[in-house]
Amino acid sequence: MSAPTAAPATGTTTGPFTAAADLSRLVVRDLRRDLRLLDGLIVNTALPVMIMVLFVYVFGGAITTGSSGLDYVDFVVPAVLLMSGGYGASLTAVTISDDMTGGMIDRFRTLPISGWVVPAGHVVASVVRNLASSAIALGAALVLGFRPDATLAEWALVLALVTGYVLAMSALAAVWGLLVSSSQAAGAFSFVVLFLPYVSDGIVPAQTMPGVLSDFAYNQPLTPIIETMRALLLDLPMGSSGAVAAAWLTGTVVLCVPAAALLFRRRTSSR
Amino acid sequence: MNVIHSKAFTDAISARGLTKSFGATPVLTGVDLTVPTGSLLALLGPNGSGKTTTVRILTTLLAPDGGTATVAGHDVTRESAQVRRAIGLTSQQATVDPLLTGRENLELFAGLYHLGRRQARRRAEELLQRFDLADAAGRRAGTYSGGMRRRLDLAASMVSAPRILFLDEPTTGLDPRSRAELWSVIRELLGSGTTILLTTQYLEEADQLADRVVVINGGRVVADDSPDALKRQVGAERLVLRPALPGDLPRAGAALPGSHPDAEAGELTLALQGPDHLRHTLDVLHRAGVPLDRVELRAPTMDDVFFELTAAAA
Repeated sequence: MSAPTAAPATGTTTGPFTAAADLSRLVVRDLRRDLRLLDGLIVNTALPVMIMVLFVYVFGGAITTGSSGLDYVDFVVPAVLLMSGGYGASLTAVTISDDMTGGMIDRFRTLPISGWVVPAGHVVASVVRNLASSAIALGAALVLGFRPDATLAEWALVLALVTGYVLAMSALAAVWGLLVSSSQAAGAFSFVVLFLPYVSDGIVPAQTMPGVLSDFAYNQPLTPIIETMRALLLDLPMGSSGAVAAAWLTGTVVLCVPAAALLFRRRTSSR
Repeated sequence: MNVIHSKAFTDAISARGLTKSFGATPVLTGVDLTVPTGSLLALLGPNGSGKTTTVRILTTLLAPDGGTATVAGHDVTRESAQVRRAIGLTSQQATVDPLLTGRENLELFAGLYHLGRRQARRRAEELLQRFDLADAAGRRAGTYSGGMRRRLDLAASMVSAPRILFLDEPTTGLDPRSRAELWSVIRELLGSGTTILLTTQYLEEADQLADRVVVINGGRVVADDSPDALKRQVGAERLVLRPALPGDLPRAGAALPGSHPDAEAGELTLALQGPDHLRHTLDVLHRAGVPLDRVELRAPTMDDVFFELTAAAA
């Protein structure tokens, strides 16, 4: 054992650059964790492929795409892309809850960092991780015969939409993870996220559903997001769905980010 | 004014009348303690006595309902940022990431203390050496043994080279060997000038490490003294003798004035005045022809102190 060295110069400022550097350290921590959790890695890589195969080959043959006249693989790809990214995003609730209920949060709280970077780190890492999941799903779709017809600008908009969806779901999951007091309860959120695409226009045409369900399907956020993605990928008319999708996603992020910050502060306040 | 200043320099930690309730349940009902700079104070008490609550208040993680506390000369409620900069905390739960390696954990925390990349790496390496974790540095913390994990926790608390260290039950659940290793690490930290407040349920641990022991029970301080002074409170060591034949007990008792025969246990107890007294006692019994089955020397332990004090408080 050596004598202790002089106290290192610990920075005291928490300016925007420091906070950004802290955030990137926490994102790297999260992504490292992801690569080491075998089950998480399977969820993020194999699940998108499995969902894509399941819908295209197992359900696809029995489902007609109604008045759209699309091949089922083309019809279902947007929904599967969202499911692939969304499920992983919903698990952000569990990772945040684990940090809050274990001893880690005490360590973070005694560090000279802004508190909000802790949940923000999980959300940003979730976006990176789940965009990768969606990309894997897209790769699987191309192998299974998905033939998109989109320009570079349209691809950029699709990327923006999927990013927006994963971000919104991660932020919503963060809020949920901070509200509940156990990781089991935090895990329940993924059920909602997995369920939502089924009652949208994404997997079967909503016009085939009974009244109440089709009303729900047309008015829930996934339908306009999926329709916008179809319009962009398959060069179809978009109508108002682009604006509605953007409003849903922006609204969710704008509400959830400050809510998460507030909840985090409340959970970690010394009262 | 001078008095206040000099106190801030000599006492690293000072708490007066700390109270805290969770809902209707009072957890602390008035805790006073003082830890002079460079010393180790053991906060000794059973489960639920308020040890952890006290540590959480002193480390700014919990606000007290009443009372005041200063750490490194800063008020824990009004100047929490300054307090946090001066302290390190090892809490009961693991405060390292089990999926990261020992080195990655320390580098992460060094980075979050805003050391440069190279400096963070050097600091991590230094701590791994210092806490005898160099061989396990590349393994995930989740694979560490209990003792190694505690040492990594401790290393993580030392990343910022704090002057004041809080250790909340650092050796709970460790095997005797790991506990001894951790004790030697704690002694080294103390030797290098770190002020330490340590909570423990182990009386022996307080006895081994502490300059001063505060015994806490039911949210209040029931004793505040040096380990030796507390031991003195229960008096001299006791010698317990068991004659091989129970019938010899009265004769042995008569041969040893001041002893207390206990017919039911078949034992004889007397306060021992020193090593010569022990030899003398055994000589007397030998001459009296009383064969012995067992001789036990019972040192006055912190247990004796503890049970006496907490029984009085209950």
